[in-house]
Amino acid sequence: MADYAHPEVLVSTDWIENHAADPSVRIVEVDVDTKEFDHGHIPGAIAWDWTTQLCDTVQRDILAKSQFQSLMSESGIGNDTTVVLYGDNNNWFAAWAFWQMKIYGHADVRLLNGGRRKWLSEGRELTLDVNPVPPSAYQPKCADFETRAFLPEVLAAVRMKSPGLVDVRTPEEFSGELLAPAGLPETCQRGGHIPGACNIPWESACAKDGTFLPIEDLEQVYGAAGLDRAKTVLTYCRIGERSSHTWFVLQYLLGFRKVKNYDGSWTEWGNLVGAPVERGLPGLAI
Amino acid sequence: MRVEEFGERTLQLAGWDVTLTTYRLGDVYHCKADNTSPGAALARTTGPTREEAEGLALERAQELLRRTRRRPV
Repeated sequence: MADYAHPEVLVSTDWIENHAADPSVRIVEVDVDTKEFDHGHIPGAIAWDWTTQLCDTVQRDILAKSQFQSLMSESGIGNDTTVVLYGDNNNWFAAWAFWQMKIYGHADVRLLNGGRRKWLSEGRELTLDVNPVPPSAYQPKCADFETRAFLPEVLAAVRMKSPGLVDVRTPEEFSGELLAPAGLPETCQRGGHIPGACNIPWESACAKDGTFLPIEDLEQVYGAAGLDRAKTVLTYCRIGERSSHTWFVLQYLLGFRKVKNYDGSWTEWGNLVGAPVERGLPGLAI
Repeated sequence: MRVEEFGERTLQLAGWDVTLTTYRLGDVYHCKADNTSPGAALARTTGPTREEAEGLALERAQELLRRTRRRPV
């Protein structure tokens, strides 16, 4: 991990075990499958439900500042707390939580490298117990959207034929063959991808054990797509969590300086009236 | 409790790749079926045996996968 641009944002499973009783550390599980936590979790961990606790449940948006403040306080997280996030699917929604915590300026957020899968595969301890945490006082910073792309910026990138659009969904979603991953509900009217985007599925950044690839392998994966680390890169997927994973890789592991997660993603773009769409191979606009 | 008998395997179900992840915690087997790529969970089950937990997960996953439509590109 030492060769990454920001190795301090990753911890190992051993690190977690060694800090199990550290009062300055809060371990939070954030899963795609929100029932996962109830099937056993790292002792001392709490859970956040991405469907109710990491979004505004009325309008489609991330947490408002006041909502974020409440979540941190209820979770016993202070401004100086080291927050370690982990989850299923190699940290999809853990990365989503990481992204939001950075938007609100939390200083020390980290991911468990390999996520829940690595913890399980190593036969480590799980518990079914849920221990209440004492609430804390928390003061978030104002939202900094330098890492978030909104629709107008993506439309401009398409008009400018920016080479920095990265679609991290599966090739089948990218081509338009599927409107959603197999078995999941379709959330868009049209299939395909944003014109000019390249397709680098999120899991391209992961090894078989769920940990991130070594830096040289990551450079090869993303370098082959011709991404320029000096220019703005916009990542997107279907609802914004897979793309937050790639956002994390580009910004914190590879050290790209201008990476933005377009969390509107295909659920927004694929429902827009009049939005340009490409299907199949890039360049085949319809 | 420590995670025991952790295992993963990928198989075909209704024309799709499915990954089953199973482990035992105490006396209970926990199983998750996901769609392999991207790996989203389709079903999560428990059972007194590995076979029972996995069988139930596959049954539920198959229901969801059968509804998935491929479109001409």
